[in-house]
Amino acid sequence: MNMMSATECLLQMCEENFELEDYQSGVPRWCTGCGDNAILAAVQRLCRDEGLRPEKTVFVSGIGCSSRFPHYMNTYGFHGIHGRALPVAEGVKMARPDLTVFVNTGDGDCCSIGAAHWIHAIRYNMNLTVFLHDNQIYGLTKKQASPTSPIGTKSNTTPRGSYLEALNPLTVTLGVQNVSFVAQAVDWIPEVLFDIVKAAYHHKGLSFVRILQRCPEWLPKSLDPWMNDPNKVQLLNHENGLQFSAGLSKVYKNQLQHDPSNMDRAREIASSTDLVPVGILYRNPSVPCYEDLRRSDKLRTAELTSVGLNAELDKYTVWPQETKEKVA
Amino acid sequence: MNDMTMQTPVKKPGNKPRSPAGKKPAVKLKEHIVEIISDSGEGAQKCGQSLGAIAAQMGNGIWTTEIIPAEIRPPARSVAGASGNRIRIGSGYITNGGDETDLVVAFNEQVLLGRVRAKELKPNCIILLESMWRTHTDPKIVASYIETYDRVVAAGYKVYEIPMEHECRTIVADARRGKNMYALGMLCYIYSLDLKLAVDQILIAFGKKDKSVVDANIKLLEAGHKWAEANLDFCYSIPATRSTEPQIVVNGNTALALGVLASGMEICAMYPITPATSASHYLSEVFEKVGGMVHQAEDEIAACAFAIGASYASKCTITITSGPGFSLKQEAIGLAVMGEIPLVVVNVMRGGPSTGQPTKMEQGDLMTAIFGSHGDAPKVVMAPGTIEECFYSIITARKIAETFNMVVVILSDAALATSQQPFARPKFSDTWMAPPVDQSPIPAGARPYEWDDTTGLARRFIPGQPGGMHTLTGLAHDRDSHVAYDPETNEESLRARSLKLAALQKTLKAPPVFGDPTGDLLVIGWGSTKGAIEEAVELTRAEGHKVSSMHLQFLQPLPPGIKEIMQGFKKVMTIESNWSDRPEDKIIDESNRRYSSVAILLRSRYLVDIDCWSDCKGQPIKPGSIRRVMMEKLKKQ
Repeated sequence: MNMMSATECLLQMCEENFELEDYQSGVPRWCTGCGDNAILAAVQRLCRDEGLRPEKTVFVSGIGCSSRFPHYMNTYGFHGIHGRALPVAEGVKMARPDLTVFVNTGDGDCCSIGAAHWIHAIRYNMNLTVFLHDNQIYGLTKKQASPTSPIGTKSNTTPRGSYLEALNPLTVTLGVQNVSFVAQAVDWIPEVLFDIVKAAYHHKGLSFVRILQRCPEWLPKSLDPWMNDPNKVQLLNHENGLQFSAGLSKVYKNQLQHDPSNMDRAREIASSTDLVPVGILYRNPSVPCYEDLRRSDKLRTAELTSVGLNAELDKYTVWPQETKEKVA
Repeated sequence: MNDMTMQTPVKKPGNKPRSPAGKKPAVKLKEHIVEIISDSGEGAQKCGQSLGAIAAQMGNGIWTTEIIPAEIRPPARSVAGASGNRIRIGSGYITNGGDETDLVVAFNEQVLLGRVRAKELKPNCIILLESMWRTHTDPKIVASYIETYDRVVAAGYKVYEIPMEHECRTIVADARRGKNMYALGMLCYIYSLDLKLAVDQILIAFGKKDKSVVDANIKLLEAGHKWAEANLDFCYSIPATRSTEPQIVVNGNTALALGVLASGMEICAMYPITPATSASHYLSEVFEKVGGMVHQAEDEIAACAFAIGASYASKCTITITSGPGFSLKQEAIGLAVMGEIPLVVVNVMRGGPSTGQPTKMEQGDLMTAIFGSHGDAPKVVMAPGTIEECFYSIITARKIAETFNMVVVILSDAALATSQQPFARPKFSDTWMAPPVDQSPIPAGARPYEWDDTTGLARRFIPGQPGGMHTLTGLAHDRDSHVAYDPETNEESLRARSLKLAALQKTLKAPPVFGDPTGDLLVIGWGSTKGAIEEAVELTRAEGHKVSSMHLQFLQPLPPGIKEIMQGFKKVMTIESNWSDRPEDKIIDESNRRYSSVAILLRSRYLVDIDCWSDCKGQPIKPGSIRRVMMEKLKKQ
């Protein structure tokens, strides 16, 4: 690399000062009032504040309303197939740890068709930031019950109401060995949504953020009880977690001191059905990342390959035997 | 072999060796097929592999085939439980497992019975049978042994009862751990193989263990040799010419894994599945030494998606699987086709459909490979025909995948996976390696799918390249990778992805014809049947018939020149190991007969009336069967 003059350095720094527009691409086609818009705003703000280089940032998604997300980011994006965002993102991260990788997945994508990958992504604990856009319904396919739909949800496949208790993504995630970061946000408190997105980004390991979001089209009222009554939202507050502004605390008085290193407590809080806990439920920065455990410390050069391949071929060479190394 | 005199079997274990038979001059053979079979876990596999390695070191041509029961631990002494190895040893180069077996070493009469019932033994096959069962404490076992023994003797097999257990017990306490080396010693005597080479095999196998283990095994080996020399009335030699070039002996799965090492690929994502997994086992052992890694994913779909993610962001990646896994990967393969992401998928085919026959060979997945995944999903399909081609096909596949931004499917099968054959030691070349990941800035105005009007090719944008930001999508998209549903764009992209196959086809050469370029019958095959077909052609030609064969390495696209080659023959037929309706079946006629896979492809492409013969017995098709089929085809009007 050539040495740069101080002026050049300064110029480059100015150039690298990104604006929100640098991350915007196209006009989101989500419905008015869709929670995805709030998530997009928070994430674009994060990219700008953190100065993420657009070419070094990848958003990977599956299929569903949420999974259109990458199209609206002016970064690299991978809009793949239903349920498989996580394994695709894992492949990207394993091959290219220098890239910042985000995953956008919905409640159908993550908790239903891709549920196996979800459990295992938690286990791998790769350095990914995962947003579960949970609107409790299949939106793109026009209103079918999802695993997180509250029991009794009327949908096109459950016209007399859904039959099963909703799956709780927080308790499921917290039940997986190797879990290292679990948070919950809601789309109607953008300030806290941003703080959580930011904390998730800064966590090294897989940060799993469940974002409760409204679906104005198919389930317009499902989150009303919590939206209309700030006391039913419980902000998790701790010096090792998030701390909230005075203004916010005036509205959201129901706050709980919760140390995110306390797994047992995290599981209890996650299990709450009446209150919606918002904040960081669990964080353990010491869980090893799969890519750090698995990536070879050697560069795949022709020279190394030649040596390695020949060492292997020696083992199988039957003739001439001179080249054979005996294990004696 | 025919002039050998029948010897009274040694009936009772513990008999003192009869007066040494005296070293008779070895009968020279051109080739022999030997089997060592036992219950699972008694080491017959190891014995067979060692025998193959020793013969290969002597300079013999060999082809080893594993005999694998479907269960990990089938019940002891069961007909279905035969586990072992089959080694065809020849003076010259051996290209396949050959026909029936000439000599068997069986550790019990039940596994032997399994092989007899499977009609795997030649009529006058020599059987060396463990005799311990004759004096077993369980009268049922004794009765079963005597019954089987009498039956195989009556059937005309030449049976020698060998007190292996008894002899081994004089050296080790547990003969289960060592009888195989005793058998190896006997076989070294029978085939006049250098015992020193066998000692080397023991050092390789047990060198890491206690010295006492090595010493015990060497003692067993020598004892077996000595016993055979003193008691057997026959011995052979299969003269060998050593190759001047260095040779390696590996099985097809190891060759695939070595190919991955040599190709410069960095990641293999897989999920355990028989019979593909041993390639990943080996790769797991060695890949990290050269800067690679094997990822065992949570399922087949995840393995494919992981490989696609890695390929998208970096170098071409590989996923290795077998039939059921290949089915599961189809949607993800379609994504790679749509996104034009290079990817190598290996399918080590087994019997299907469904779980089918996990340990048995079949060539049943060709149509899935070509037409799999919904919609028009053009991909390249290759099939190695030899162990050596397993190695080189990976290097070629990686290059094609990255040059054309395509999915390349490699179809191996259970027969290639587990067979061993010597081939010239590969000489590494830098050109095998993938180039470094392009991170140069994308020029202003360039688009992520700038499809060339003639070839359909477009430059791939890789994350990290400044100015190349776009969202790859599995949805229909335009040159900017923007979701597009308009009719023109949809057809434009379908056309581009299809043209890439034609562009590749233009670079391929016509497949070589084995035999004369014209004649009465051309047999077309693909994949692991190559050696057997060519051997059958050679035999039939030696008898004066005008037959030739052609083996297809590329199934999609089909290389140019095939029609012209077929025109040189009066009749053309395919021989392969996937189902085709039998014309002799009552309700089968020309209007409903389902042809075998490659026959369907060739008939539809070239509008030529190509017949087919296929066999789905779960085993490699034998040259003898192919010869018979060719003769029938020649005779038919």
